[in-house]
Amino acid sequence: MFGAGGGTSSYREVEETDLVILWGSNARETHPIFFHHLLRGVRRGARLYAVDPRRTSSAAWADTWLGIDVGSDIALANAIGREIIAAGLENRAFVERATSGFDAYRAKVDSYTLAYAERETGVPAERIRELAHAYATAPRAMICWTLGITEHHNGVDNVLALISLALLTGHVGRYGSGLNPLRGQNNVQGGGDMGALPDRLPGFQHVEQDALRTPFDEAWGVTVPPKRGKHLSAMFDAMEHGELTALYVIGENPVQSEADQGKAIRLLSGLDHLVVQDIFLTPTAQLADVVLPAAAAWAETEGTVTNSERRVQRVRKALEPPGQARDDLAIIFELARRLGAEWGEPSAEAVWDELRRLSPVHAGMSYPRLEAAGGLQWPCYDETHPGELFLHSRLWEDPVPGNRAPFVPVDHDPPVDRLDADFPIRLTTGRRLDSYNTGVQSGGYRSPLRRGESLDLSPEDVARHRLADGERVRVVSRRGAVETPVRTDPSLRPGLAFMTLHFQDDVATNLLTIDATDPKSGTAEFKATAIRIEKLGETRRRGAAAAAGTTLAREP
Amino acid sequence: MSSEIAHIFSEPPARSTRIPGPPPVPAPAEVELTIDGSLVSVPAGSTILDACRARSIEIPTLCFLENLTPVNACRVCVVEVAGARTLVPACSRRVESGMDVQTASERVRHSRRLVLELLASSVDLSTAPGVAEMLDAYGADPARFGPAAPPAPAGERDAHQPGHHHASDGASAATVAQPVTVDNDLYIRDYAKCILCYKCVEACGVDAQNTFAIAVAGRGFDAHISTEYATPLPASACVYCGNCIGVCPTGALMFRSEHEMRAAGTWDEAAQARTDTICPYCGVGCTLTLHVQEGTIVKVTSPLDASITEGHLCVKGRFGFTFMGRGGTTAGDGA
Repeated sequence: MFGAGGGTSSYREVEETDLVILWGSNARETHPIFFHHLLRGVRRGARLYAVDPRRTSSAAWADTWLGIDVGSDIALANAIGREIIAAGLENRAFVERATSGFDAYRAKVDSYTLAYAERETGVPAERIRELAHAYATAPRAMICWTLGITEHHNGVDNVLALISLALLTGHVGRYGSGLNPLRGQNNVQGGGDMGALPDRLPGFQHVEQDALRTPFDEAWGVTVPPKRGKHLSAMFDAMEHGELTALYVIGENPVQSEADQGKAIRLLSGLDHLVVQDIFLTPTAQLADVVLPAAAAWAETEGTVTNSERRVQRVRKALEPPGQARDDLAIIFELARRLGAEWGEPSAEAVWDELRRLSPVHAGMSYPRLEAAGGLQWPCYDETHPGELFLHSRLWEDPVPGNRAPFVPVDHDPPVDRLDADFPIRLTTGRRLDSYNTGVQSGGYRSPLRRGESLDLSPEDVARHRLADGERVRVVSRRGAVETPVRTDPSLRPGLAFMTLHFQDDVATNLLTIDATDPKSGTAEFKATAIRIEKLGETRRRGAAAAAGTTLAREP
Repeated sequence: MSSEIAHIFSEPPARSTRIPGPPPVPAPAEVELTIDGSLVSVPAGSTILDACRARSIEIPTLCFLENLTPVNACRVCVVEVAGARTLVPACSRRVESGMDVQTASERVRHSRRLVLELLASSVDLSTAPGVAEMLDAYGADPARFGPAAPPAPAGERDAHQPGHHHASDGASAATVAQPVTVDNDLYIRDYAKCILCYKCVEACGVDAQNTFAIAVAGRGFDAHISTEYATPLPASACVYCGNCIGVCPTGALMFRSEHEMRAAGTWDEAAQARTDTICPYCGVGCTLTLHVQEGTIVKVTSPLDASITEGHLCVKGRFGFTFMGRGGTTAGDGA
């Protein structure tokens, strides 16, 4: 945030903070070892607030659970901001010294009264008030979030609303206070840091900033295109318009991971040329013209990954890749050679050293230092720099070096897939403890916890639909339908349903989800689908569902 | 977002003039004490064990682990403190100014020897690393209590009520021998190898996982580790993080795959390479130590000194590696 794309704090700080807001994150199951650190904080007396539509296993540890309606996060955040200002609890000195745009923010949140927020979010006004006062008055406080914040059509705005709360209270840039997105994949942070974002070069340097781009032109002897590229969702739009006709997919399974799966399969199948580089013959790879079998980057190659506390750590080769599988680097070098660029076969360390020359925040992280220190946290500007435990400490200097941190006021905008009489139930998605994403990695081990896919419903909804636990039902959205067993889940409230994306071969949840995407991040609104539940054998509406072009999942 | 603000977000943030760090903590005062006749100085708050290890004085431990709260259960780390009526556990006793500690007196050695004999006569320590060396070092003779009593049938020890244990007739040595509990695909519980060190209970509880699937049940010689009502693990609160396996000092808790390889005679620790890497799942960044035998990952642990895990993992990190397949080639072996 504020130009640095990473969580601001270190895990050790959550052990010593006074208050944690876990917002749209079931870290107990999705980031279990981070949750160990968080629980140590709770046991030392930190108060935990969980903001989540579900009363998750994380929320079970909270002092207070705010059961928010899906997609009303900004209404809640703005109401918290308004209450903090109304009670005079904002950190006036911090706001004046280190931020900009406070007046516009105050004007924006003025209409977000507690009564309005209670109506929009479903959270009692008193709970909102309690959270606002507790957060503002805590000596140290953190907000941690996950995909419950970002997998919305306005996910970036959601994040901005949370950032504003930290700016309002000064809960950023200090030990134990910060803003922390918990990253969902072992190197999603590192991938972004290395420039695998459409508008960034390695080191999170913006491609449209001439001064940041020029060193790359010089180092590589080419002219780097000065305009940002397309994020994943924009690529699918471009496929739809015939603008993008060839695709090279590395380590992704969009056939099963994209929202609105029917559409994703149609577009990927319509490409002139599809290349897939993966460690598995995924359903996406099965559509490919060329499959490049890759080594598993965590155990069959050397390299680095970067975690949610910005720590760059070494991955090491324990196994030789099977068969014809090759290191991603070797594949890229061979492609380059065939395209006429002879890069030789530099080692992972040599590639990393090139990165260090071009990315100031990684400059000090030599392989020997990474080995000796057990990883280093960026920014690490030179070989004497220890790395930064937390970001934005400059905001507490007087005067503040560089730009002030801007408030960016945002408005509540409910989910795109509206609830109505035909689609009255809100389906949200997420992970379970023992499984992971589309299941290609986690499907193989024999977890005693695994039960397969189900439509999880509140006891009230199970009763209201006259269903029995385990009964198979048809779940219908405006885009598709699947059949799956029902499971009663007391952590859900009436009107809220839950499914995962873990068992896509059996139940293709993404046939249901909507590809409404955030224009800035390109992330789809996986968290908010409108569905209805049909008992099998009931013919009512089946014709309508078929007319909508549904594809039924195969039986498990 | 206005273009002015977009500009701020696209520029690298200015550097802080100071490197951010934790609030300063005052260095603890030094405490002077005598260990085995030598005057030593260590930070206040250290344990006797810390003080001894800092001076390379060997103290055996079984129930102690750096990442768990000391429970003083096994008593093999006892030392003699001048003026104290009883021997004290070095793992938890804090140093005090002027303390006079003997780590190898005859009283200490005798006590450790007896503890080891009692443990080794009643528990199968065949897979407990380092214990055979301890028995040798203290001249322990576990056989002196007579031949081992016959093993208990499955479930019998779980059913004992407190107070129902009867003293042995002296002709044979009472044991905790019983069949291995195999009730899930990921790990086994061989309580014939359990020394009741409490480590698994602590790792499952407040020291790490906070799941509380297991506890110590029963009293006296019938005390044992149990799920609630001795229910099988799949019916318990267990989430299969395997952190109990990670801390078990005797091999009583073991990957099911290791248990089966040992039974088949194919477990070969000497042939295993260990490589530290980072877990392939979520973005927390846990260090995994992959134990690889003949091109197959056969076990996953995490180093106790890894700042993120402190040795603890979740079910995916510990068990979710089978997608890598079996029977490949260990890195560096003839590829």
